[in-house]
Amino acid sequence: MWRDHVTEIVVFLVLFAVVSVAGFASSRWRSRGRMADLDEWGLGGRRFGSWVTWFLIGGDLYTAYTFVAIPALLYGAGAAGFFAIPYSVITYPIVFFVLARFWDVSRRNGFVTPADLARARFGSPTLALLVALTGIVATMPYIALQLVGLEATLRTMGLTGQSGWAKNLPIIIAFAILAAYTYKAGLRASALTAFVKDGLIYVVIIAAVVYLPGKLGGWSGIFDAAQTKFAATPSPSDGITLPSHGQLQYITLALGSALALFLYPHSATGVLAARSKRVVMRNMAALPAYSVLLGFVALLGYMAIAAGVKPLPGSSPGTVDGNTVVPQLFDHQFPAWLAGLAFAAIGIGALIPAGIMSIAAANLFTRNIYREFFDRDAGPAREASVAKLASLVVKVGALLCIVLINPQFSVDLQLIGGVIILQTLPAVALGLYVRWLHRGALIAGWAAGMVTGMWMLYRIPNPATHHHHFGGSAFPLSDLGFHTTNTIYVGIVAVLVNLVVSVAGSLLLNASKVSSGVSGEAVAELLSGTPATASPAEPAPAR
Amino acid sequence: MADIEAPGNRTRAGVRRWIGWLLAVPIIVPLVTPLFNVSTPRLWGFPAFYWLQIAFIVVGSAVTIVVYRTAVVREGE
Repeated sequence: MWRDHVTEIVVFLVLFAVVSVAGFASSRWRSRGRMADLDEWGLGGRRFGSWVTWFLIGGDLYTAYTFVAIPALLYGAGAAGFFAIPYSVITYPIVFFVLARFWDVSRRNGFVTPADLARARFGSPTLALLVALTGIVATMPYIALQLVGLEATLRTMGLTGQSGWAKNLPIIIAFAILAAYTYKAGLRASALTAFVKDGLIYVVIIAAVVYLPGKLGGWSGIFDAAQTKFAATPSPSDGITLPSHGQLQYITLALGSALALFLYPHSATGVLAARSKRVVMRNMAALPAYSVLLGFVALLGYMAIAAGVKPLPGSSPGTVDGNTVVPQLFDHQFPAWLAGLAFAAIGIGALIPAGIMSIAAANLFTRNIYREFFDRDAGPAREASVAKLASLVVKVGALLCIVLINPQFSVDLQLIGGVIILQTLPAVALGLYVRWLHRGALIAGWAAGMVTGMWMLYRIPNPATHHHHFGGSAFPLSDLGFHTTNTIYVGIVAVLVNLVVSVAGSLLLNASKVSSGVSGEAVAELLSGTPATASPAEPAPAR
Repeated sequence: MADIEAPGNRTRAGVRRWIGWLLAVPIIVPLVTPLFNVSTPRLWGFPAFYWLQIAFIVVGSAVTIVVYRTAVVREGE
């Protein structure tokens, strides 16, 4: 009951109020006084320096869901859940030069979204539409999952009712406030509130790392407790190190997730809002500080084991809601005020990425669907107002995902999201470097990757929930006729198929002299910035 | 960029060109699970699997700083 959690609730509400006020006030922060164009609303004026960018991208990538779900994975399966650490190590060196180039090309040509780049680079509105739709579809369940993180803390505080509206009302209120200040202030609100959120997260995790091991028998005791728990389960897949048949999955999941991370539209939004290329590159060295944090957050799962935490029951009888493990740990082990701080960190940590994601999806809709197909003459003011409305629609959609669909289902959608966003890799990332890729081949590659990914995901059952399909992202290689118990991350296989089709198709189409839609000079000018003519890059939808 | 042509700066230009490949280290090492999929030796109670991978984060950041300072800042673009 909520009466047992009054201190926590008060701390939570005060911090939530602070963030809301900051969100509304941020529209004036470093503003040129007008929010009437997409660069101002959707990219914060493109003037964020190193620190703001660090908080913004950090607040964007290390989400509440991460902080709740990764420890829940370690709690349930052990070492396999730690894939998030190599994932967040390798992603920055992989994208170090790529993002600098992406920033450069986008700034010079006025691109707001990755699909803008695909549109101009390959002269293909269809390819841009595919990139945009993929981005929007992959983002929606991601936003919904942030709400799952928020819901887990609200449930632990006893703030959610039993059924129907009462169950979801607190989330709807929180989301309505977020929607209102995002509508008003755009990406500036996300950046300013990210300061508060990340500050809270750092305080809470440092407190947890310093305070909890002493209570739970030290780090040795914590790992020993986890080892004892996993030794007692019949499953051969869990443990505090990886079983030999779990390594391929660990490697491919880390690699695939790392490749996918900066393809998500909200990552691109954070990057493009930076003031300079150097700000982006410096952040590739500084963002790993969040990864260290994530490492310790992940180990909260083992602390929960050592503390004997039991997750709250799930939405259907007989299941448990693994996402409540961390909130339960805080609730039982922290003093009430610190638990309140922790819940606020998770709750606010859910809203900020949700805000940025909805802005990114709105930018995609505005630039690559609305402007491209419905209103070619849309000026900056029109773009901004369409994007603001679209951000509201996206949020309502995400909310409906949570209210109407079983949250378990949105977790499945998120798995699919990672697989599908990877299919934009050739068009967006390779397009920055490889000059002979052909739009027709990229479209075919995208389709081939999608079909492969969906087919593989369809074949994966989930034994825990008794679903026959879409039960995870670990594809058993025995399903392809190999004599092994190894599994592989679906996204990696799908993107490999995509790459093979894209490359082979490009060679074929170029050899048979099918028009590539853009001239070699135009591509050179787009990528290197040395103008072949004095006119601005065409056919870029630049303004 | 202009100083690349000056005599004596050729080696430094060469260093700038290959230094980016250093980034391959923090990309490849965290993916070679046999290197770290062991529980001993423990460090402050952490099994090797955990402290090694957390150490990789620091390595990755350090390498990125080196590359940034050598290849980007010195280039003066």
